[in-house]
Amino acid sequence: MDNIEAAYLGVIRVLHGVSLEVGDGKIVALIGANGGGKTTTLKAISGLLSTEQGQIRSGEILLDDKRIDRLAPEAIAKMGISQVMEGRHVLEHLTVEENLRVGAYRRSDRAGVKADLEQVYTYFPRIREYRKRVSGYLSGGEQQMLVIGRALMADPRLMLLDEPSLGLAPIMVREIFDIIKRINEERGVAMLLVEQNVKAALGIADHGYVMENGKIVLDEPADRLRDNEDVKEFYMGISAGGSRKNYRELKHYRRRKRWLS
Amino acid sequence: MTFFLQLAITGLALGMMYALIAIGFVIIFKCSQAFNIAQGHFVMLGGYLGYTFLAVLHLPVWLSIIAVIAVAVVAGGVIERLALRPLVGQPVLAVIMMTIALAGVLEGIAILLWGGEYKTYHDVLPAITLNLGAISIPPESLIGLIVSTIVVTLLMLMFRYTKIGLAMRATAEDEQVTRGAGIRATMVYALAWIIAAVVGVVGGVLLGGVSGVSIAMSEIGLKALAVVILGGLDSIGGAIFAGLMLGIMENLAAGYLDPLMPSGGGLAGVFPFIVMILVLMIKPHGLFGLKRIERV
Repeated sequence: MDNIEAAYLGVIRVLHGVSLEVGDGKIVALIGANGGGKTTTLKAISGLLSTEQGQIRSGEILLDDKRIDRLAPEAIAKMGISQVMEGRHVLEHLTVEENLRVGAYRRSDRAGVKADLEQVYTYFPRIREYRKRVSGYLSGGEQQMLVIGRALMADPRLMLLDEPSLGLAPIMVREIFDIIKRINEERGVAMLLVEQNVKAALGIADHGYVMENGKIVLDEPADRLRDNEDVKEFYMGISAGGSRKNYRELKHYRRRKRWLS
Repeated sequence: MTFFLQLAITGLALGMMYALIAIGFVIIFKCSQAFNIAQGHFVMLGGYLGYTFLAVLHLPVWLSIIAVIAVAVVAGGVIERLALRPLVGQPVLAVIMMTIALAGVLEGIAILLWGGEYKTYHDVLPAITLNLGAISIPPESLIGLIVSTIVVTLLMLMFRYTKIGLAMRATAEDEQVTRGAGIRATMVYALAWIIAAVVGVVGGVLLGGVSGVSIAMSEIGLKALAVVILGGLDSIGGAIFAGLMLGIMENLAAGYLDPLMPSGGGLAGVFPFIVMILVLMIKPHGLFGLKRIERV
């Protein structure tokens, strides 16, 4: 239902006519190389771009046919979009529970907030133990759980997740992704997932977009992207033969180059 | 001993008023990383407002306090909206320059309205003196202690337990996160300035009862700056502790050391700054500044 098209430039052009769509209750993965504009895309949707002197120059972002690309981040948050920023932005001098309550700031239904708090603790039993602790002392994985929990406390329709696996141990990555999938299934929250860990992301996604230099270069269902030779080679590091890819093979390099231009 | 306790208790009252004023500094610093140079001018304005309500209009103390709070809420809100909001996102230095300009404007207003003369009104305060054995606490100290303690306590409760207090603490840490959670940053800034103005003018009314009011009263802002640096710029608890400490030490210095000075006085005014120098030499972040949390 959410049909999003964004094209913008700040002082430096980062996105060149990006169009993507996240269906109700779907998980969509956005993958691609560093500096390709993935984070910028998320910030354009959540409105946080304006807090970094960014700007949407043209194009429009729609949520249920309502334009949200001119709104302040506070207003966008109120409409049910919540972003989990890259790098685990916990409010580190606040306790775990205070962090979660910040997420629920816009809500006035006390019973619903209480139930969701309980639900977050059910998803992440580990952070329940630390409810009254100052959150800056949690481990990296626990902090990631906390910021996902905080976004969930807003009772969003769409969550924008930026690199939830960043800097986490593989076992923790699996745990986080399992929970993301569970949140999606149990609560029907749509997810737009930006991820370097392509395998994990396409593993839970319904649809995927590949982004290069501010453009969408591939747009396919996740299972087809998983089998795409280019995606396998360039983003998962597996070549057709199953061995590691070899940069000296010029043919592949050319193919990539053509793709980018 | 009686002399000591007498000085310590009136010092405690003075210190609580310092703490109250210093909280205004801390709040502005936390939300914009800037010093509010005009904080002392809120105090001076509060002193003159106190004079008007208490000595000219002869209102009772409680009504005067409520009236100055009402004026401060409006003034703080207007100042934020007109002067500070356009500077959101601008460098911290621009905000500091704006507060210097504000200080000048507030001083001009005080001169326009009250002529900048020295006024006192401790004689119109109700003559309630608390006698504890041989110690007697004069009305201006007693009222100062009670009112500032009430206001400080209310503020602490607000920060700790209310939704709006949580929003303010969260915004001080990471504005992007809180805006993304739907907390309006402009509302938080407006509230911060309103609180800074309220604690400033209430402190001014109380201090004016102790020492009288003049344009030079705005120098109290410098003393409050010493308090917050001592306590740690971003710590409200630190500001309260440091305020009390300075108030008591200042009074003790005035009582015991001033008679020994060749000029017969003057140490009380210098003392807070001597303490500030010593503390900063040992703990550059102040006594209670928030530590950067770093996990190893």
